This record gives sequence, C-alpha cells and structure tokens, in this order.
Amino acid sequence: MADQIEPTGTETATWEYARAPESTDIVRLDDRYGLFINGEFAEPKSGRWFTTINPATEEPLAEVAEAGTEDVAVAVEAARAATDAWQGLPGSERAKYVFRIARQLQERAREFAVLETMNGGKPIKESRDVDLPLAAAHFFYYAGWADKLAYAFPGRPTPRPVGVAGQIIPWNFPMLMAAWKLAPALAAGNTVVLKPAETTPLTALLLAQVIQEAELPPGVVNIVTGAGETGGALVDAPVDKIAFTGSTEVGKAIRRATAGTGKRLTLELGGKAANIVFEDAPLDQAVEGVINGIFFNQGHVCCAGSRLLVQEPVFDALLTKLKDRLQTLRVGDPLDKNTDVGAINSRAQLEKIEELVASGIDEGAEIYQPACDLPERGFWFRPTLFTGVSQSHRIAQEEIFGPVLSIITFRTPEEAVEKANNTPYGLSAGVWTEKGSRILWMAQRLRAGVVWANTFNRFDPTSPFGGYKESGFGREGGLHGLEPYLTFDGSTS
Amino acid sequence: MSARVPVKRTAKLFIGGAFPRSESGRSYEVFADDGKPLAYAAQASRKDLREAVVAARGAFPKWSGMTAYNRGQVLYRVAELMEGRRSQFRDELADAGAADPDRGVDAAIDRWVWYAGWADKIAQTLGTSNPVAGPYFNFTIPEPTGVVGIVAPIDQSLLGLVSRLAPAIVGGNTTVVLASERSPLPAVSLAEVLATSDVPGGVVNILTGVTAELVPWLASHMDVNAIDVTGVPDELLADTDRAAADNVKRVHHAPDADPFAPEAQSPYEITALMEFKTVWHPMGA
Repeated sequence: MADQIEPTGTETATWEYARAPESTDIVRLDDRYGLFINGEFAEPKSGRWFTTINPATEEPLAEVAEAGTEDVAVAVEAARAATDAWQGLPGSERAKYVFRIARQLQERAREFAVLETMNGGKPIKESRDVDLPLAAAHFFYYAGWADKLAYAFPGRPTPRPVGVAGQIIPWNFPMLMAAWKLAPALAAGNTVVLKPAETTPLTALLLAQVIQEAELPPGVVNIVTGAGETGGALVDAPVDKIAFTGSTEVGKAIRRATAGTGKRLTLELGGKAANIVFEDAPLDQAVEGVINGIFFNQGHVCCAGSRLLVQEPVFDALLTKLKDRLQTLRVGDPLDKNTDVGAINSRAQLEKIEELVASGIDEGAEIYQPACDLPERGFWFRPTLFTGVSQSHRIAQEEIFGPVLSIITFRTPEEAVEKANNTPYGLSAGVWTEKGSRILWMAQRLRAGVVWANTFNRFDPTSPFGGYKESGFGREGGLHGLEPYLTFDGSTS
Repeated sequence: MSARVPVKRTAKLFIGGAFPRSESGRSYEVFADDGKPLAYAAQASRKDLREAVVAARGAFPKWSGMTAYNRGQVLYRVAELMEGRRSQFRDELADAGAADPDRGVDAAIDRWVWYAGWADKIAQTLGTSNPVAGPYFNFTIPEPTGVVGIVAPIDQSLLGLVSRLAPAIVGGNTTVVLASERSPLPAVSLAEVLATSDVPGGVVNILTGVTAELVPWLASHMDVNAIDVTGVPDELLADTDRAAADNVKRVHHAPDADPFAPEAQSPYEITALMEFKTVWHPMGA
C-alpha cells in the first residue's frame, strides 16, 4: 500500500512558501442539517443522521440527515405538487428566479468556496477560482434560456418540461455539479429532487438556503442527503427523469433499475482520458496542461487526463520536465491559498487509489513520486507518475480517480489515436501540438465527447460536455444540455 | 407445351455485403396475410448476429469517414434502385397484408430521399459554435455513435424498416438490422437493393429470424453502441434495457407516430443515434 512506497524523487523544492491560510470565519455551520423539502428544512422520517467531516483533518463538521425511502417519497411528492405552478409561470418570470440564484452565488462565492474546500478537501484556489465562478455562470447561462426555449431546437417550437427530475451528483465538484443539474432543469420548467454525495453535502445545503432566499416556490427544489441507499430510493421513486453523474458501475446499475420504466435518463460516468503530446508541442505549456490534467482536484475528475501519451522523440525531455514540476507541487492544507494538491476526498477513495497504485507496481510499471511531506491527519496521496505502462495494465484501463498519471509512448498519429481510443471509456481527450490541421485531424478520430487542444480541463456553461461509450450518454452544458429536460410533441425522447 | 416454371428466390441473410444462409442451417416458413405459404426465410442464430456485428464494425471507419455529400448521394441511390423494383416490393407488401401497397412503397422510397438530403445539413442545423469565456474556438458537432442494432417494427415491414434504417446510417453509423419476423421478405428484397447500390458492404446487415431469440444477444453485445428498440415487443423492452446497461448502450425508441405522417421523419431521429462532440481549439497569434 502507498504508505509503504518510498518516494522515488530526491530533490526538494527550491524554496519554501509562507503559509497563506484562508480564514474559515466566513462559514457559519449549524450543528445539524435536516432535509430540504418543500422549501423548509425537516427532520428525517428515517430518524437517521450521519457525520460529515473535513477530509484534510478528519474533524467532524456537522450532522446531516440521512433520507430514507419515505423521506425521498415525500420530497418527490413535494416536487410533483410544485410542477403546475412552476411550469405555469411565464418563462421570463422563471428566468428571474434562476438569475437570482446566480447572483446570490456570486455574492456569497467566498463563503461557498471555503465551505466547499472544508467539506471536500479541494484546494481553496480551485473552489474559489473554478468551482464557484462556474457554478454561478451555469445558473446565469441557463436562466436566459427559460423564456427562449422555443428557439432552442429547430422544428420543435413547443417544448415542455419533462416533470420531476431526480438528480444524483458526485463528491468531486459538489457545487458545480449541483449547478450543472439544477440550472437547465429549472430553466426548462422542471421541479427537482437533488441528492448530493454523502461525503460532501454541505454546500448543497447552503445552496438550499440561497434557494429559500431567492424565494423559489416551495417544492421546486428539494434536497435529500444520504448515501447510495438514498440515491437508489430516488431512482425507484415516481420521477420522470434521472440525471446521474458518478461512476460507470453505478450508472449501469441505474440503467438496470430504470429498465422498462420509461424514465428519461442521462448518465455522465467515468473516464480514462488520454492527454496526447506530439513532438512539436510547446513542451513547457504541455507540462502545465498535463499537470493540470491529472492533478487538478487531486485527480478526482471524471475527465482527468489520467493517461499521458507522449510521442517518442520528446519522451525523455517531457518526463524530466514533469518530474521537475512534480517537485514543486504543493501538497497539503487545502485552505492554504498556495496549495496545488489538496486532500483525498475520503478514506474509501484513498484505499481505492492505493489498491490501484499497488496493482501498477505489481504489474511491472515504474512508479515516481516526489519527496513531499504529507500532513499527519487526513487523507493524502502523493502526486504519482507511472512509466513503463502497457495498454493492458489496470492503471491504463481503469479509472483511478486520484493523482496518478500513467505514461505511454507512441510513434505516429495513427498509433496515438488507436491507443487513446483503446478503453471502454470515451469522455475526454487532450491534444498538444502546434499544428492546427493535426488538432482537427485528431479531434475527428478521438472517440470522446470533449477534445481539448493545447489546453485541458476547461469548462464553460455554453460548452456541451458528456461521454461516448461507457462514459455515459446525454450532454450537460450548452444548448444540448437543455434537451434532456424537455419533451416535444410527437417525440419519445 | 408446358408453362414455364418460375425460378423461386432463396431468402438469405445479408452480412458484410454477402448473402449467406444461417450458419445454424435453420430456416422458418413465412406466410402471407391470408395464410398462404410464401417462402422460407433464414433463421439467424447468435453466431450470425455476431458475424453481422463484426461486419458492421469493420465497415464503420470507411462509412463514417466519407464526406456527408457522398453519404447523401449513396442514400439517394438506394431510392433510385428501389424505384426500379417497385413491383416486387408492391407484391411483397400486398402478401404481407398492406392495405395500400403502392402507398407503402412510395413512402419508403421518399423516406430515403428525405433522409439523403439531411446528410450534409444535420451538423449545420443541430451543431453549435459555443461562445466560451476564453480564447478558444469552441464547437459541437454530431458524430455517429458506431454500430447500431435496429429491431425493425413487425408491422409496416418496409416503411417501418426504412424509417429506422435511413436515419441510423445517414449520420455515419453502421447497422445490424433484425427484420420483421412475420414479414421478412421486403427486408430481404431491400438487402438485394442495398447489395447492388453504392452502400459499402457491412454498413447494413440484415438478419431474418425469431425476434425474441435474437434481441437479447443484440442488446447485450459489447461491441454494439446503440440499439433502436422500436420493433422490440413490449414484453421484452425491460429486459432489453437491462441488457443494454452492460456497455452503456444508447437505447432509442421512435415516437409512436403513424409512419405515413410527417412527424414520422425527423432530424432528431438521426441525432438520437449520434454523439455530440465538443472541441476546444486554441486561438492565439
């Protein structure tokens, strides 16, 4: 296991950074959070509560209600009861509620960012500069669609909302995923029951307060906290649509659970993205992109560039630069504004990463980790590179969802395409080259829903996102992200 | 002098551009609507289905790599060739009990023409360029999902089939089609049209046989990317969904519309079997 692995890097960082911790004073946590149903926080009928912690310290943050089947049923009833009024609003008025959410998120962005980091372990500079601005931007973008739906799909002038959407989101981008799910659903006139991940429920519950303050009609948004059992109850409940972001394994289970029910379904699942560096790429820029691609958010990213495909002539040069860069990554306190790599989200996830990394060593790949100090408490994993990786290794095929990069080489563009496409996944890919024609040639052949050229892990509310193959179906973001939440005359989908 | 003895056709499978019998050696008898025996059709096996998937996968790079203009012309040519076989299709539809066989043939031919024209318009109308907040040219285009399994409706054995097949292939997918179990002969004739058209071998593979036997294999096949379940009997739909989960297959059911109605053809039937790909291309001096 990983704590028995000796770091192979020897050099230490050239200079030390003074600590620059973000204050947590801005966050006022309650001792306990109930379920957000019909516009109010309620005690769970299940009578069960669970403790949510800070993964960087293992300190408890609050008690959170665990929604049982009966609680989920009540939430779905509330959402159902709210449909007529919400759908009956003119789109222009519905838009204003969603705009309000966007504006309040901007106003309270710092508070949300700090809480996101406390509960999830991600570096404050990421929650502050990426998660929260993007979450607000998603609400702002989709708000504007609410009164323009008739223009969205040619030949489909009378779109209608689907009804009640059950939405299940992961722990890696709790607020951003909530925004991805809620914003298009609400703009299209649906009501929602949202289930946040069990390890990161707190920002969703703070969002519930924002929704109260924005005076959305009760029942339009309901938030039920809990683990897989709660999610399963939501999938089985009488909702019209399920939207899920999470692992491919759970996505398949949801597909089976909804079989024959006619429930609409979108799945945004795992990935094993290739970041492909050609010999003509601007190497320093590529190094930053590769580092960002796999170590952003500790690698807890479904579209993470977890496989690096390097053209042979630049393999040595790139590897040297990557190792150098790894030495300078600051791993530790997520609330420190200098931190690059924060805490692993949970003990369970840490164990999964350790298991897969051990398999990489067992299967003969060569590991490299920088010699950085890790905090004593909390869940941590050193940024890790593997070389000597073959296509069949588990670390080249399975999603690790951690800060672990598998490096593979190639000679020709055709070989790069072949290797990049050689997994069951197809969520994203990166291409690094100075040649514009090659970017588009590669983009055409990569079987992935998102292709980044000379950049990686960019997101935008106007830009559709979603997978090919076992990375799921349906798109989130952009015009295409509206479609799953609309129904049209004479159509089944 | 005795009357000339007509030469009867052997109804075979259509796999990879060739016409094999079922490897299982099985066939089943096909009857007209009035109960008159018409012919024996091949009864495809699981192995035939797997061969068909291999052929479809093999044909995918070439077909999906063709220009949209070219694919449009290939689809249009299918209509041209069907026109030349009108009487054959009409007789088969009459045998199958069609109320107005001519109308069925007309509509099937016109459907090919309609979808042929979409080949080079689908990306223009349903793709987007996205104004992201950064120095990137960001665009989203539809691309074929890969190998598509199609379970053709049992009724409307020609128009129903064409209404599922044309939108599936115009975007660049390759297909494995299960023909109407009750009335497979128009599908066999369509295969003969396709074989002599410009559709490359393997783009359309047509199997005749017992739907309930073949659907589970099609739904669970790990190298099939999507399945059009419009012709799957209601009692098999849930199992089909479940089997499709194994490789996160896209499952599509066409709208419940009169196949002659204008709503029975739609560009959204094309994109239902496509993926939207988003590309971030850098901008800079």
